[in-house]
Amino acid sequence: MRNNIVARLGAVLIGICLAFGAGLAPAAAQEELRIGFIAPTTGPFAQVGADMLNGFNMYLEKVNSDFGGAKVKLIVEDSQAKPDLAVTKARKLILEDHVQMFVGGVLASEGYALAPVSTELKTVYISSIAAADDLTQRQLGNYPLFIRTGWTSSQPNHPYGQWACDQGYKKVVAIAADYAFGYEQVGGFQKAFEDCGGKIIQKIWPPLGTKDFGPYIPTIKADADAVFSLMVGPMALQFPKQIRDSGYTKPILGGGTSYDEAALPFMGDEAIGDFSALQYSAALQTPENEAFVKAFRAKYGKVPSYFSESNYTTAMMIEDVMKQTHGKWPGAGEFIAKMAALKVNAVRGPVSFDEMRNPVQNIYIKKVEKTKLFGYDKPELWNIVIKTYPNVGQFWTYGKDTFLKQPVYSRDFPPCKYCE
Amino acid sequence: MTNTRPKVIAVVVALAAVALIVPHTNSFVILLATRALVFSILVMSLDLLLGFTGLASLGQAAYLGVGAYLTAILATRYHFGLGYDFWLVVLLGMLAGAALAAIFGLFAIRASGVYFLMITLALGQCVWGLAYRWNSLTGGDNGINVSRRPNFFGIDLANRIAFFYLVLFFFSASLLLMYIFVRSPFGRSLVGIRERELRMKILGYNTWLHKYIAFVIAGAFGGLAGVLWIYTAGIVSPDNVVLTTSVDALLMAVLGGAGTLIGGAIGAGVVIFIREYLSTLVHWWQYVLGGVYVLVILYLPGGLMSIPERIRQWQTAQSKSSVTEALAPVRN
Repeated sequence: MRNNIVARLGAVLIGICLAFGAGLAPAAAQEELRIGFIAPTTGPFAQVGADMLNGFNMYLEKVNSDFGGAKVKLIVEDSQAKPDLAVTKARKLILEDHVQMFVGGVLASEGYALAPVSTELKTVYISSIAAADDLTQRQLGNYPLFIRTGWTSSQPNHPYGQWACDQGYKKVVAIAADYAFGYEQVGGFQKAFEDCGGKIIQKIWPPLGTKDFGPYIPTIKADADAVFSLMVGPMALQFPKQIRDSGYTKPILGGGTSYDEAALPFMGDEAIGDFSALQYSAALQTPENEAFVKAFRAKYGKVPSYFSESNYTTAMMIEDVMKQTHGKWPGAGEFIAKMAALKVNAVRGPVSFDEMRNPVQNIYIKKVEKTKLFGYDKPELWNIVIKTYPNVGQFWTYGKDTFLKQPVYSRDFPPCKYCE
Repeated sequence: MTNTRPKVIAVVVALAAVALIVPHTNSFVILLATRALVFSILVMSLDLLLGFTGLASLGQAAYLGVGAYLTAILATRYHFGLGYDFWLVVLLGMLAGAALAAIFGLFAIRASGVYFLMITLALGQCVWGLAYRWNSLTGGDNGINVSRRPNFFGIDLANRIAFFYLVLFFFSASLLLMYIFVRSPFGRSLVGIRERELRMKILGYNTWLHKYIAFVIAGAFGGLAGVLWIYTAGIVSPDNVVLTTSVDALLMAVLGGAGTLIGGAIGAGVVIFIREYLSTLVHWWQYVLGGVYVLVILYLPGGLMSIPERIRQWQTAQSKSSVTEALAPVRN
């Protein structure tokens, strides 16, 4: 009995040790750039994770994994979209795989969890998707090795609020997923919309992952001119269907992820005519984007979403820095400085960085239409760009100092002054 | 009563082996071993209820959450618990877990079977709801980051190996305390309640009080797991308090073998190894995890801890059948 257990445990432990011993790789001769990539490859966000990874890989294949002379080794780790697992995997990437940087994280909570790891272990963290506002706003000082290539949640919603006001909408009801990402999207929209004279008359917060909107849709106030919706993942598919089935005919203004191309191909005609705002649309009529969409679709069988574009562009930016240094790793601090000084023509349009290391980029107001595009023979749903706001930063027109004086957007900020 | 000394020695030897071998592996394994040990404390606390008292609780993550949030809030807001006062925080965390269990127990202990399961589920989700919604205190969905670890006796716990040993110490102490607890007359009467509550009542035991005390003690160890969790993971978010964490703990306890204490630790180790280590090597790790669950439930209802028992049964059966075979011609 005793011998049995001891022998077993011993065998297992020795096995583990051997497995690790065998895993040690010999030092590479060529200059190697080791990049960790943290994305959910299993669980409810697996589709988003695949979109992210496909974007990054597509760029790597385009340049044959050669960044200015450095051979790129991409090490992918599954975060399952759980913040504490993302942290564990980030530590593994840094301590065991000795990556020079790690890219990724989907949810705001993952971003907030990963940024401190970059500070603690002195490794570059590039957030290509995680959009939590404060990472590049009030908390940036804590994260000297952090840079963002995606967006802040409120960034597209400031011009969006202005646009909604310009369209003549006076009263809008907001319905948004009940977590930080939802608060920041609604907050940005509300701030700009109300500054221009509009009124948010009601805020509804269904929990993240809601699939049945039956209890929420009937409560939407009848005197609203439009609905602002922020849906994530499977919610995005259900909401338009259910609200239109209920007979609601007024315009829907979707937040960033409500109609993006991760969800749009799976929607029905009920989505036609709905609006959204983001820094990317697959229907962007530029030669760069047309080529990108066609190549991506040929390779992965679907239209690229912003998740793919953002990671494709991130890879491109990393290459730009490595080209400047002729493939030599400049050190974490220097890398961040060089990257923040980049000005690139990305697929999404021109991108540069503000002083708080967040992209300054075009924001597109988009409308879902069923049409033929880029020579594809079947009519499909596309996010047709109807207005472009060029060079939008995270502080919109407010200026950094004024903006940072207000608290981060939350469930209670801005307060709902016109809610009855 | 069977002689338990060989089992105790086996556990001590295994712990010594872990203490000696793990620090010589790489830092990722040290990190995972630390995580597994912390989670094991939670699973063992659940085993007090599940294996020894016969109460399947689906809310054990709530105590982990209370301990972790308490520690995180004290550390980030008041810079409390980062020095010698860490030990005070350990005590506070255990008290908080026990206090929460004392409140929840008033509701839950009245029920049994599937009703107990549902009440603990609901109460656990209340804690999740608070963690998710009470933004000003808990940071909502984003959770709370604690980037520093305590530092005392000249030992900086930011050192992975020092921290691993601290967690191993707490794990061993918890195992010892829980072992003494279940071996005490009080613990034996819990087993009596598990087997047949009515008989225990007739014998004059206050079974409600027995179950209630077991529930509170389990809560205290859950709180301890929470205190250690926040310094292991560096972050606590509603994700750690949600139902799936409780279900994980329950599955780990069953996988290792309910009613064995150490089985919970083995279950936690196996699951964490597959989910967090194997997932770095292969992308089909979920099939392995699912396969392990299915195989154990089908063929080892007593969990992984029943393997030696099974082998012995099999060996006796073999020798018996060979004896009968040998005797068969004689009988004819």
